[in-house]
Order: sequence, then structure tokens, then C-alpha cells
Amino acid sequence: MRGWPRKDGRKGIRNVVAVAYLVECAHHVSRLIVQKSGADDVHLIGFPGCYPNKYALEMMKRLCTHPNVGAVLLVSLGCESFNREELRRYVHASGRPVDLLVIQQSGGTTRTLNAGLDIVKKMRAQLALQATVPMALNELVIGTVCGGSDGTSGITANPAVGRCFDWLIENDAACIFEETGELIGCERIMASRAVTPELGREIEACVEKAANYYRIMGYGSFAPGNAEGGLTTLEEKSMGAYSKSGSSPISGLIKPGDIPPRGGLYLLDVVPDGEPRFGFPNISDNAEIVELIACGSHLVLFTTGRGSVVGSAISPVIKVCANPDTYERMSEDMDVNAGRILHGAELDDVGREIYELVQKLAAGEPSKSETLGHQEFILTYKQFEPIGPACLPAA
Amino acid sequence: MSDRKGDDARLPPLLLLHPEDNIVVARRDIAAGERVELDGEGFTMPASIELGHKLARRAIAAEARVLKYGAPIGSMKIAVARGEHVHMHNLRSDYIPSTTREGSDGN
Repeated sequence: MRGWPRKDGRKGIRNVVAVAYLVECAHHVSRLIVQKSGADDVHLIGFPGCYPNKYALEMMKRLCTHPNVGAVLLVSLGCESFNREELRRYVHASGRPVDLLVIQQSGGTTRTLNAGLDIVKKMRAQLALQATVPMALNELVIGTVCGGSDGTSGITANPAVGRCFDWLIENDAACIFEETGELIGCERIMASRAVTPELGREIEACVEKAANYYRIMGYGSFAPGNAEGGLTTLEEKSMGAYSKSGSSPISGLIKPGDIPPRGGLYLLDVVPDGEPRFGFPNISDNAEIVELIACGSHLVLFTTGRGSVVGSAISPVIKVCANPDTYERMSEDMDVNAGRILHGAELDDVGREIYELVQKLAAGEPSKSETLGHQEFILTYKQFEPIGPACLPAA
Repeated sequence: MSDRKGDDARLPPLLLLHPEDNIVVARRDIAAGERVELDGEGFTMPASIELGHKLARRAIAAEARVLKYGAPIGSMKIAVARGEHVHMHNLRSDYIPSTTREGSDGN
């Protein structure tokens, strides 16, 4: 494995230029810059809202200074409330090349596009000169998410990712699992794995917060496809999803943008704090992936039974297919066929395949979704309080 | 995928995930009338079932908890017989109702 060293001590397994729109009104121009650059290492990210949101600013700071990002071009319309200067200063302080285009000042679509293409070209030339250094497992942060779960997910792909997580954590990597709204029903089992009783209580409280939030929204995190695939209840889906966490002790509870301080297993609380507002906590799988990346995930292990095709901007996504029939239909999009466990393959062998694939990707090999050009990204409004002192026990 | 069909024939089509479970899971699509082993005894499938779906390992009473992976996954809305499909029509969440494209599961 090798990585690009960053000023904060972290290393990136990719070295991308992020083009970030700071309001939906700047989205099209930003997309044109990415598309017309013709380079697959220029990625589009952004926040669509015009109203200010502390969470969105913090997320954009984390994403723009993610170890996989080498340089950043910010694109503003000009009148939106996003604090573009604060973001620019923050990225600059991280030692990365950063530039800002304001469409109203640049003189419209075409002038901003041409200026953006020049900037991206120069940034890519700069990044091409940067050398990589060796990278060890204990420098990796790996996230996991499930999407399109079915009755096979909890039997094949999710426990196989759990095995991979156990081995990564044995080697001092940081591993993050998430979506407390999809862990409803597992709160007591999960709390019993916490490294301290205080953390256990925090974990139970954060699942209760999730259950309350989803009840008020009127829906649990349960899609029609889950039922078609044999899952009946939210807690059944939760038990299957929970097995992605493996069997290591839970070292801490983090919120979006918190970076694990050292190796171990972390639960990411994605459900907003306070009175429910702004709608559902995570409106689609990529919202969860973006939060895992904002916590520093170098890559994301995505398990699916029904079959998802998504990747992500910034960090590669490995797709682990739980269902052997789905794998046959959609093998183009799947990195690992965990469904073969139903045909007699050993769970450990599939876990080992995922573990080795993580290391291959960190050595530069592309995932299926990267090769297919998937760079999905979504970021919406939320609000969080900082994590409490019991969430990250002292060393 | 070389192991696929050959191994299928030898592997039991119904999976018991935990000794305390009162449901089993279909390892593959199973046709109506197919003879399978259910909880150690021969059983003729009354209806077809798809991969990943659940069958009652034994008769389950109304309001009884359903256990999968050894953990509760909801309560029965009505009683079911041994070998019956356990799904949206007879099992409900003890937390938040599940939804389909037609609406919630009604609990």
C-alpha cells in the first residue's frame, strides 16, 4: 500500500481534485468543469442550500481536506450564504492548493467554466509531481454501509465484512459502521460490546434518539425492496446490518466529521440532535457514504442484496454482493460475490477476499464503481451537538 | 461459480441461523411441492418461496415473538402453521411499521 502524505499526518490512497459548488446555482458550472476536464481524478462535490448550516460547512471542511483530496476548486454563485472565505482559508491552511471562482464576478457560465478548466489543469499538473510513501494498515480508516438489503445480506455479505473488520482492527486500522436508525433493535447487544459502561449508555441513548426521530418522520429505514427480498421488519433488517460490525469491542461513538483518534471499531451516529427538522436523517445511501468519508474513510465497503451500482466522489467504494442471483445479474458492478457462501463457500474465505481487496485498492487498483465512473455525492441540511466526553474514552 | 449447481444439490435448502430461532431462511428459490427437510423432518412445500424469505420452523402463536439470529425481529399478527411463509402479511415490527409501495404493514 502507498499513500500521498498530508500536512496533518494522514495519507491519502487517491489524489483527486475536488470541484465544490457552494449552492445549487453553481452546480451546473461545476459539473461542466469536471466533465470537460476529461479526467477521472476530478470529482464533483457540493452543498445545494442557500441558507447557512453549520453542519454543511463542517462537512465541506472535512471533505475538502480529506486525505484522498489533493487540491480544491470552490465554485460560488456569489450571493449564497455559504461561508466560502472560511472554507478557502481552512483548505489553504491544510497545505492544499485551493482556488475560488465566484460566477457573478467571473462573468457567467462560459467565463467561469474556462477559468475553472485552467485552474484544474494546473492543479492536476501540481498533483502529478507529488510522490507517494509506503502506507500501513494502521493508517487506514475504513467505513461500511449497506444498501438494498435483503434476506441474504445478514447471512453472507454483512458477516463477511464483519470478519474483514475484525482483521483490520487487529492490525490497528480504524473501522466505522453506522446508521443508528438501521440498528434499532440491536441497542442492548451493541451496548454490551462498548469498551466502557458510559459508552454503552451513550450507544443505547443514540439508538433511542434514532427510533424517536424516525417515528416522528413516519417511516423507518425500510424500503419496499427490503420486503421483496424477504425482510419483514426494521429490527430484522437491523440484526442483519449489525453483523457488518464484526466482533471487536466498540471503541467509540462519533458523529459526522469526527475522525477516529486511533485504531478500533467506531459507531457513527448519523441521526441529528435536537427536535427533528430538515426531514429524514439520511435520504439515500450516498448521504451515509459521504458522512463516512467526512470521518476520514479512505474507502467504503458497501454490502447489497438487491443490487446497488453506486460509488462515491473522493473515496472508492467496494461493493460486496450478498445475493448470488443478484451477483449473476449485476456482476459488472460487484467487486465481491459473498452470495457464494449460500452455495457452500466459507465465510472466512469471503472475508479474506474483502480484506485483501482493501489492500489492493490502497495500492492503487480501482474498484468496479471507480472503473464505471460512479462518483455519486449528496449533502443536505442537518444539525448536531458535539459528541459527549463518554463517547471517546481516554487511552 | 464452478461450485454453484453441484453444491446446491447437496446443501439443505432451508437454513437455521440460530438454535433458538422459530423461523428458517430459504437458501435458494424453492418450488411448491418440493420435498425439503424442515427441522430434521421431511416436509412438502405448500407454496413456493424465494431466496432469503422465511418459513415457520414450527407452529407459532399469534402475538408470539419471532426469533432470527437468536434475536427478536417482531411479533406475529396471526398464528401460523409449521412451514408457512412468515412475512409482511403475518409478522409486524415491535418498533416502527414497515412500508411497502402500497403503504405500511398496518400495525
